[in-house]
Amino acid sequence: MKNSDTLKVTPSGDREIVMTRLFDAPRGLVFDALTKPELIRRWLLGPGGWSMAVCTVDLRVGGAYRYVLRNDRNGTEMGWGGTYREILRPERIVHTERFDQHVYSGESVITTVLTEKGGKTIFTARMLFESKTARDTVLSSGMERGAAASYDKLEQVLQSQGQKT
Amino acid sequence: MDTLGATFAALSDPTRRLIVDRLTRGPAPVSELARPFAMSQQAISKHVAYLERAHLIQKRRAGRQHLCALNPAALRAVALWAESYRRVWEKNFQRLDALLEEMKTSKKRRRITRRASQ
Repeated sequence: MKNSDTLKVTPSGDREIVMTRLFDAPRGLVFDALTKPELIRRWLLGPGGWSMAVCTVDLRVGGAYRYVLRNDRNGTEMGWGGTYREILRPERIVHTERFDQHVYSGESVITTVLTEKGGKTIFTARMLFESKTARDTVLSSGMERGAAASYDKLEQVLQSQGQKT
Repeated sequence: MDTLGATFAALSDPTRRLIVDRLTRGPAPVSELARPFAMSQQAISKHVAYLERAHLIQKRRAGRQHLCALNPAALRAVALWAESYRRVWEKNFQRLDALLEEMKTSKKRRRITRRASQ
């Protein structure tokens, strides 16, 4: 059975984007997958056709993390990172995020909350930006990134979904 | 700011979102749009002007009054954005789904092995 339920991405207020998703696993496992480098490497790969060249995590308050994705075809790199502000296993992480090269050069603060219900986990990430303009810029940039990723990989997605069922 | 940015900026206000929501049910004059709000018609007119500048709504004359109507193209752009951003993250999360399945299975297997060895 496929459990990838609807992902919701919505602007909230002036400066936030909120993302929610249901996972068919206890939150301890989701927390690990979100914070352990060997596990992060397996899924945080963006649109597809990228691999993780750097993935370091110093999981403690004030500790830093750093991710770099490298394009398999042309070697283009996309890096980002930040620091952890709050860690409460297995229910809450607050961290900052800043991209090396991005339409938006500022820092955002991301609050991730994991709520467990009957063995499943509701994942909520609230991304708070420095200003309303910053939030809106990030929102509009999603269009280009998404469009580039969209159709060439559609077949692959359909295949992997077929395998799972 | 680009067009889509302006559209999102216009939609970031709850009053303006309610106005757009009302207009999805059909065109209406400003006086009618103002009715559900504890706000002067003048204040609502300002919100309407904001939405108009963001090309989310268009005004047209119907007899003696101006009717406000949605601009479907702008709303489609918003829907399209939301769809593509969602798609990139959905791909990340589909991989995460598969990983979590694997983690659940190996946890179970470990438990069984432990029980068997006792």
